[in-house]
Amino acid sequence: MIEIKNLHATVDGKEILKGVDLTIRPGEVHAIMGPNGAGKSTLSYVLAGRDGYEVTEGSVTYYGKDLLAMEPEERAAEGVFLAFQYPVEIPGVGNTTFLKTAINAIRKHRGEKELDAMQFLKLIREKTKALGMSDEMLKRAVNVGFSGGEKKRNETLQMAVLEPKFAILDETDSGLDIDALKIVAEGVNALRSPDRSMLVITHYQRLLDYIVPDYVHVLAAGRIVKSGGKELALELEKNGYRDFGASEAA
Amino acid sequence: MSANNSPLHPMTYSTRGADPATAPAFLAPLDQMGSGLPGSGLSWLTELRAAGRERFAAVGLPTIKNESWRYTNLRDLAKLTFQPAAPAAAAIDLLPTVRTEGQDGPRMVFVDGRFRADLSSVDGLPPRVDLLSLDAALSTHSGLLADHLGRLAAADDRPLVALNSAYLVDGAVLHVPANVQVDRPIELVFVSVGSELQATTCHPRMLLIAEAGSKAVVVEHHVGRGAGTTLSNHVTEVFVGEGATLHHYKSQREGAGAIHLSHIAATVATGGCYDNFILTTGAKLSRNEVVSRLDGTEARTHVSGGYLVRGTQHADTTTLIVHAQPNGTSREVYKGVIDDTARAVFQGKITVCPDAQKTDGYQLNRALLLSDGAEIDSKPELEIHADDVKCSHGCTAGELDDDALFYLRARGIDRDTAQGLLIGAFLSESLEEIAEESIRDAFQGIIAGWLEEQK
Repeated sequence: MIEIKNLHATVDGKEILKGVDLTIRPGEVHAIMGPNGAGKSTLSYVLAGRDGYEVTEGSVTYYGKDLLAMEPEERAAEGVFLAFQYPVEIPGVGNTTFLKTAINAIRKHRGEKELDAMQFLKLIREKTKALGMSDEMLKRAVNVGFSGGEKKRNETLQMAVLEPKFAILDETDSGLDIDALKIVAEGVNALRSPDRSMLVITHYQRLLDYIVPDYVHVLAAGRIVKSGGKELALELEKNGYRDFGASEAA
Repeated sequence: MSANNSPLHPMTYSTRGADPATAPAFLAPLDQMGSGLPGSGLSWLTELRAAGRERFAAVGLPTIKNESWRYTNLRDLAKLTFQPAAPAAAAIDLLPTVRTEGQDGPRMVFVDGRFRADLSSVDGLPPRVDLLSLDAALSTHSGLLADHLGRLAAADDRPLVALNSAYLVDGAVLHVPANVQVDRPIELVFVSVGSELQATTCHPRMLLIAEAGSKAVVVEHHVGRGAGTTLSNHVTEVFVGEGATLHHYKSQREGAGAIHLSHIAATVATGGCYDNFILTTGAKLSRNEVVSRLDGTEARTHVSGGYLVRGTQHADTTTLIVHAQPNGTSREVYKGVIDDTARAVFQGKITVCPDAQKTDGYQLNRALLLSDGAEIDSKPELEIHADDVKCSHGCTAGELDDDALFYLRARGIDRDTAQGLLIGAFLSESLEEIAEESIRDAFQGIIAGWLEEQK
């Protein structure tokens, strides 16, 4: 279970999160919607542990542990996964090397045996096939020369391989056409399970047609201002974010 | 090649920045060695040594007032009294190699500059290929040596080359006859042992000759096995004949007490190719000078490398590419990683002579600074006297990409491993200049070892 309590965070001295409260139980999919500048991406970076995001108040308890006290790699090893809005291109680091290093780091942390080259290859073939990814994408450098859709598929592949307990999907729909969106959503849906929680962050309702959440929250001006079921997303689509003190941002 | 001892390319040497006062201490031991030097009956050799001695006596160590030595200060050398290293018979284990286990091949080992036959093997070379110590070659190949030694590395021009010539005693000689291909890499291993009681010097001299249409790969390893202060002052002359190919790789990973100075001078004839790659991870102070002259048309040279320094290490890379004839191609790709308060210097000059139309020259130096105290001094220089040429250069200095670092860590990869992956990726662009996969892998292994030491 993930319990976010009264979370305040600043970036460059400016307060962005102003008291976020949210509880996510195993197996639940929560969507966070909100206008631009509401603090959606800040929330995802704070949860993943990025430098430069300072928590000034509040707590995040992750399966009984203090999440905010952990380094980013410890959080990942404990099962936190952030699917990036803008996956980073890393020239010179092969996608395969990256995936193998990541999975073995996490297996090591969990006290599991590291995968050898053969075992890794078998696993990765299986997962790429399910996501309709080519072997060629594995041979390239991490995200280098990938289209928007390929980058998001690569994020989904990493999620499938690393099997997190808590996945944060930050604007996964940005930069995707409808076909790519469907493929990525299918990949994500295949990973839904009773012991895996997800936090889906999005500006648009469209993504939630494909990844259907259990709960929807509206984040505005650094706070969750409204919560409801999946029907809340439809309501927002119709009325926009005007009711929450924000202009209809582009 | 003609019998001629005069330098092929005389250049005027400015005496600005000379410090003759430093010369006597370096030359004094020569008087005790006197006529005991090998080959003392060869008049050309006696002249070469005497000319070197005379030149060094006149100029001494270069100082930072000499433009070419502006960023590398040898002042500390003058404070020490160096003695020529005594021939060492010590057993040396774990000799470095680029071969995988079980593979063998030609290998010459030098300890403190002296050839060690007991550690070396030159078996398995094609017929008529000569690979031998310079000491031995003075007896058996004196004509070949007389024709080549001192022709490229001009003592007039460079005080440390002069000092090397003055002390010319031993080193390696490779002669590949026309149209002969040597498949297995020839390894030259230089081990610095020195003495804990005394700072020591050695001045190895190498001569690499690839005649027309021949092909060979030479890999040098420079390692340290002692705690003392050692100064090795290498000079290598490389002759690449028409249509010949010589790949020349070097890994310098001497110990913390080492000063490593090296001057490589190459000439490439029509259609020939000289590739050089130097990986620097060792020595407290190092300077690698590479001069590659394209003296024939359609000649090629790739002069690249990587330098990884930390602590208070100082690594200087100074290159000069001379396009003397038309249609030549040159390419330089250097990558450096600098940590702590270490300092690296890159001076890269490309000269295109008036006749060298259709020259294609490219130079890149990129440095990655891992700490606030790290320093890189980059000085690219293009001197173009022809009008129809393509020449470009680029220099950058930067830090590790925070976004990439966080991305890797967010996937469970710890900070050190993530940094290692990014540094390895950064260096890979220069390593790709190494044509032979096995050597690239071996050099990658050296880099991995360097990264491992950091933890």
